[in-house]
Amino acid sequence: MIPELGQFALVLAALVALAQSTVPLIGAARGNSRWMALGASASIAQCALIMLAFIVLAYEHIVSDFTVENVVQNSFAAMPLLYKITGVWGNHEGSMLLWVMILSLYGMLIAVFGNNLPRGLKARVLAVQGMIGLGFLGFILGTSDPFARIANPPIDGQGLNPLLQDPGLAFHPPFLYLGYVGFSVAFSFAVAALIEGRVDPAWARWVRPWTLAAWSALTLGVAMGSWWAYYTLGWGGWWGWDPVENASLMPWLAGTALLHSAIVVEKRDALKSWTILLSILTFSLSLIGTFLVRSGLTTSVHSFALDPARGIFVLGLLVAATGGALTLYAIRAPTLKMGGLFQPISREGGLVLNNLLLTTMCATVFIGTLYPMFLNALTGKTVSVGPPFFNATFLPLAIPLVAALGVGAMLAWKRGDLLGALGRLKFAALAALIVALAIYYFHNGGPVLAIPALIGAVWLVGSAIAEVAERIKLFTVPLSHSFARAAALPRSAWGMTLAHAGVGVMIAGMTGTALWTQERIQAMAPGDSVELAGYQVRLNSVGPIKGPNYDAQRASFSVTDKSGKLIATLTPERRVVHPQEQAVTNIGIRTNFFADIYGVIGEPDPAKPGSYVTRLYHHPLVPWIWVGAVIMVLGGIMSLTDRRLRVGAPSRRSMSLSDAALTAK
Amino acid sequence: MRRLIFITPILVFVGLVVYFATPLLRGTDPSLIPSPLVDKPIPTFELPPLPGYQKGLSSADLKGKVLIVNIFASWCVPCRAEAPALMTLAREHHVPIYGIDQKDPPEDALEYLKQLGDPYVAIGMDSDRHVSIDWGAYGAPETFIVDAEGRIRFKQAAPITQTDIRETILPLLKQLGAK
Repeated sequence: MIPELGQFALVLAALVALAQSTVPLIGAARGNSRWMALGASASIAQCALIMLAFIVLAYEHIVSDFTVENVVQNSFAAMPLLYKITGVWGNHEGSMLLWVMILSLYGMLIAVFGNNLPRGLKARVLAVQGMIGLGFLGFILGTSDPFARIANPPIDGQGLNPLLQDPGLAFHPPFLYLGYVGFSVAFSFAVAALIEGRVDPAWARWVRPWTLAAWSALTLGVAMGSWWAYYTLGWGGWWGWDPVENASLMPWLAGTALLHSAIVVEKRDALKSWTILLSILTFSLSLIGTFLVRSGLTTSVHSFALDPARGIFVLGLLVAATGGALTLYAIRAPTLKMGGLFQPISREGGLVLNNLLLTTMCATVFIGTLYPMFLNALTGKTVSVGPPFFNATFLPLAIPLVAALGVGAMLAWKRGDLLGALGRLKFAALAALIVALAIYYFHNGGPVLAIPALIGAVWLVGSAIAEVAERIKLFTVPLSHSFARAAALPRSAWGMTLAHAGVGVMIAGMTGTALWTQERIQAMAPGDSVELAGYQVRLNSVGPIKGPNYDAQRASFSVTDKSGKLIATLTPERRVVHPQEQAVTNIGIRTNFFADIYGVIGEPDPAKPGSYVTRLYHHPLVPWIWVGAVIMVLGGIMSLTDRRLRVGAPSRRSMSLSDAALTAK
Repeated sequence: MRRLIFITPILVFVGLVVYFATPLLRGTDPSLIPSPLVDKPIPTFELPPLPGYQKGLSSADLKGKVLIVNIFASWCVPCRAEAPALMTLAREHHVPIYGIDQKDPPEDALEYLKQLGDPYVAIGMDSDRHVSIDWGAYGAPETFIVDAEGRIRFKQAAPITQTDIRETILPLLKQLGAK
């Protein structure tokens, strides 16, 4: 009876979504305020109903109800509770339910916090959200019913894919979806603005926080995915330019561009139609991300569903959403009024450059991901596009982006002073130069690429610090005055500084691991030692252990430094997970923030009885990749708490104007 | 003229949709990317063996009988997923399967075969991926059925499932006259 309750809730939610996507739209066109007001109550009801359905599915998984097909296929009575819960979205049907639940959550938040929105705009935004919700609810009910019963319930389930039984991957989809789906808000605002034919700074002030929230969640989601790949797949890498990884990178790049172009709309009332286009494209890329993973065009661990019927449905949704929005754009965007003018050398100019580079990077990834299939379909030729393509096309675009980033943040609005900005960045440039010389000196004969990459990293962090130092007049006024100025800086300024510095930290991490990784692969018997990056790694023992739903061989390595002091003990495992009997490696990592020592235990080596194949890696700076991502996310959150953007904060026009003046300084 | 700029996005999008929709609406499984090499002779190649193995794999080994060529790698998660199905083909249906191990450190490949079983008659190490590209492979896993004349008759660019074995592979092998 309980699963049917969930299904019933979903059907009701679809009906509510139908009302939400039509009635407020008609109301807004006719100026009928009661029809318009339906949007808010409908989106709250839709959210409550979908949440109920989600809770029902989660309950079914927790109590292991094996009369439900979804539970049979993805759960197992003896699985730990955490993975019973995360298993709810570790499969196609459940993850789509999570997708619409997050969508309806955003809709509900707009309804609740959007009281200061113009009524017509709010009604139209909620109607567009309702349409997206209707499409995806139709998808779930039509092709991916999570509550389908099974005729002959088995005694136990088939278990969750062991690779998904991991905290990193368990929470990767919710954050990724918070990001993907969060861009639906910018999309709905863009479509509503096109219907109204008006885009103004107030519009951008509304779009920005939602984009920022979605971007922060997506940054965290992508970072978690790559962290997971690093510590579970056991190949020592963290990004493989896999189509599914690229699918999440594309909306991130477009979303980053959107985040910055929305600033120009808000502050200078320029770049309006471009920002609208970016909003549409960013959400479309999120849909394409969903489509790529669902349609079977790519095959990987993420592809839960390899079903052409579902692919066609998602494609239909994509055509309706993107095609509809772009058609509307073609009709209405030319009528949008042009905004403020600016010189090429100005803050706006910097942000335009940022947008050009980011969207070109995004296009590069798009082409690299789809070109092989495209070429084959057109000409029958076969090519292989891999990391060399992306390294050759993506990196040359990243270098000017990094170089311009430091300068752009220093330029004034409207008309900037390039030489003055460069002058104020002399300390950042000096720091970058010192680091370059230091690397050149210490790593004589090391990879040449390390020097420009680390210059870029130091330049980013240095220019972010220089920008704050400039604002708080560090060392030009007494220190206490500087502190007072620092405290008075808008949080969005701190957010920008943090996020930019985070990019620098991340680049340093990528560089360190790409260029200086050391690797040792050998057969070791207990008692054997090998040298790795100045450490001695000794295999102490290998023995069987038993986990809640797996059996494993656990190795124990001790890592000692030159003086013989014990630094760490690594305990990698080789697990066989029940009931699939699938082999999974579990890696031992010791990190000291500057480098990771990473150990993998393999099979016994038949050539040398009593010994095992072991792989040991030393990855310098690798933790910085994720530390950098977390700093970027903190920057996003910091900026979100800015008074000007705070969702639900009482609107005080005078306050926001003075804030704007401060930031625009 | 200015208007044209605003129409461009939708035009580009329509083009992309046509491209995406074609394989889906043609009714073919999108994971079965049509290969120009189907019905063409297999490429000529010669690959070295894995350490500890006597023989590698060359095109000469693939003449004169109906057989399966499977491209795999230890780093490829879907390959792990299809490994049991390949074992079924080799053990229960006695189909000769030849492996091309793509861009794989040899020790990883050996460990992979130990973990998941070795269904292959012979394996060649394609360390630089050139032979895989000659076979028209996009990645791994990819599976080809080769007839007695040494022509590729079928290709699947996705993990083999028990359903594929039952409904596609075994009937085709039978039709091609596998013993």
